[in-house]
Amino acid sequence: MPAFITPELIAHLVIIVAVFFALQISAAVLVYMERKVAAFVQQRYGPYLVGPRGLLQPLADILKLIMKEELRPKAADTILFYIAPVLSATAAFAAFSVVPFGADADFSTLARITGITWLTGWTGLSQPIHLAAADVDVGVLVIFAITSMGVYGVVLAGWASNSKYSLLGGLRSSAQMISYELAYGMSFAAVILMANSLSIREIVDQQQGYWFGFIPKWYGIFPQFFAFLIFMIAGVAETNRAPFDFPEAEQELVAGYHTEYSSMSFALFFLAEYINMVTVSAVATDLFLGGWHGPFLPVYLGWIWFFVKVFLILFFYIWMRWTLPRYRYDQLMEFGWKWLLPAAVVNLLVTAGLVIYFHIGA
Amino acid sequence: MSWVPEPTLNSYLILSAVLFAIGTAGVFLRRNLITILLSIEVMLNAVNLTFVAVDRYLNAVDGQIIVFFVMTVAAAEAATGLAIVIALFRHRETLNPDAFTTLKW
Amino acid sequence: MHALLFWILAALAIIASVLVVGQRNPMYSVLLLIASFGALSGLYVILGSPFVATIQIIIYAGAIMVLFLFVVMLLNVPTEDPATGYHARLLGGAGPRRFGAVLSILLAIELGWAVTTKVQPTMFPSGEARAQMTVYDIGLKLFRDYSFAFEATSVLILVAMVGAIILARRERS
Repeated sequence: MPAFITPELIAHLVIIVAVFFALQISAAVLVYMERKVAAFVQQRYGPYLVGPRGLLQPLADILKLIMKEELRPKAADTILFYIAPVLSATAAFAAFSVVPFGADADFSTLARITGITWLTGWTGLSQPIHLAAADVDVGVLVIFAITSMGVYGVVLAGWASNSKYSLLGGLRSSAQMISYELAYGMSFAAVILMANSLSIREIVDQQQGYWFGFIPKWYGIFPQFFAFLIFMIAGVAETNRAPFDFPEAEQELVAGYHTEYSSMSFALFFLAEYINMVTVSAVATDLFLGGWHGPFLPVYLGWIWFFVKVFLILFFYIWMRWTLPRYRYDQLMEFGWKWLLPAAVVNLLVTAGLVIYFHIGA
Repeated sequence: MSWVPEPTLNSYLILSAVLFAIGTAGVFLRRNLITILLSIEVMLNAVNLTFVAVDRYLNAVDGQIIVFFVMTVAAAEAATGLAIVIALFRHRETLNPDAFTTLKW
Repeated sequence: MHALLFWILAALAIIASVLVVGQRNPMYSVLLLIASFGALSGLYVILGSPFVATIQIIIYAGAIMVLFLFVVMLLNVPTEDPATGYHARLLGGAGPRRFGAVLSILLAIELGWAVTTKVQPTMFPSGEARAQMTVYDIGLKLFRDYSFAFEATSVLILVAMVGAIILARRERS
């Protein structure tokens, strides 16, 4: 084998491929979860015909979407029409790539359990590697940057469809996304101030330990509780979900910017929306809920806690969607600019003051 | 990959000079106000590249800070320029700069 | 590896910029400019400034270009108007355009010569000679030595925001 194919390279590639497939599987799981949770909130059974307890429903959905005819309005701009869902989906996947989901791993336990040690004598990597597709030093900024790029998929879809509902939906949706990005950024600027680092891994590592022995030192519980609330609200608005989904509401705008899309292009938008939800949940878990730290389990199994916390936040997302009524568009924009952004700025100022006063960090 | 020549500071400076010239050509040759503004952004980016390249060569951070300010000023200038374009468009319904000749002799 | 990446990104940036300047449809120009910004952001990462690379994407590609895109969609001018009038034919015809292209190639050559005369083609400092520039150093210098420029820039952005809103407002009639 050439010299540059080291076990570390193979481990990195395996992690990247695993993250990619895990995201797609999580989108499928979310489709099922959403329909079941919606059903239980509305006191009915959800899908129960396809497979045991309806577990194969996402498969049926995907098959249906693939088999549909791919339509394109004649006056639509061909290149932009097809690029828009690709942009949305790419931004969604790329944003998750810098999110770490576990502590440093050297795979020795995995190798022992799965028998690789017995087969080849390989006892794990010599140096533990980070469990993330791409662990960079400025990880928080990269997530913010790629979330800004996600706006383009929406606005191009609205424009390229060349239809009234799509254009209105696209413009409204992208205006909403860029407005709530400010509160999003300010809320995690407060976390960066407290943790004194831009790297998500270091922010998570600052959240280990307990106060008084049993209250975990997560930022979402005590110091940055309001930042956590602001982040969750802004995250929900960013992903065009739950009470802030006016631009894609069926009753108001047909389906907003994805009115004219069918089959795989629509599936890509659908996928992008669910993966954005997963990314926002994962970032909230890492920044505010202590990431992969939790009681009872050893450190190298911390990714299990990560999945549990992300799952809880996703459940909360879906619960909110089927419980709360929708905001009207002007109420939505007013809330984002007049209430959420000043709250985030005040939170940042108070955090900055307290950080200087108590000499937290360096 | 030793057959690929290693980029030196000169490579970055020449790249930035070429980008600057492309932006200048766009400002002078295009007859659409928005494309002219886009070409100005291309020129500003070329200058940013020069700053960061020389910064790396001199092991300093001042270049990156100046890039930060250039970006902010570019944002302010783009916003104001586009507002002017919108105001002009409302008058003449065209984006061709040759239509706005009332100050010429 | 870095060398190959530099040449690929440089070629991408130049091709995207040439297409920005040469495209008829302003919507495509905006998207190609975003591609050019992406290539430049990659170049900044190769030059060891991940901070500048990410704020390039956040500010330029994520905010300024969205502004351009909104204006292009609002004004809905699909392609460039054909040249009409005496001044237009004088400056916008095919002959003057080719002459302009030749002049800009001359400008590129002259600028390239001008910036590379004083600098010997030495390599970048590498290995231990290259100090590790972190965001901490940038922040320290920004808020100590350049604090006045920082505050002045914030006032500038406020003025630009207010000015843009006033300029683009519909007249009361």
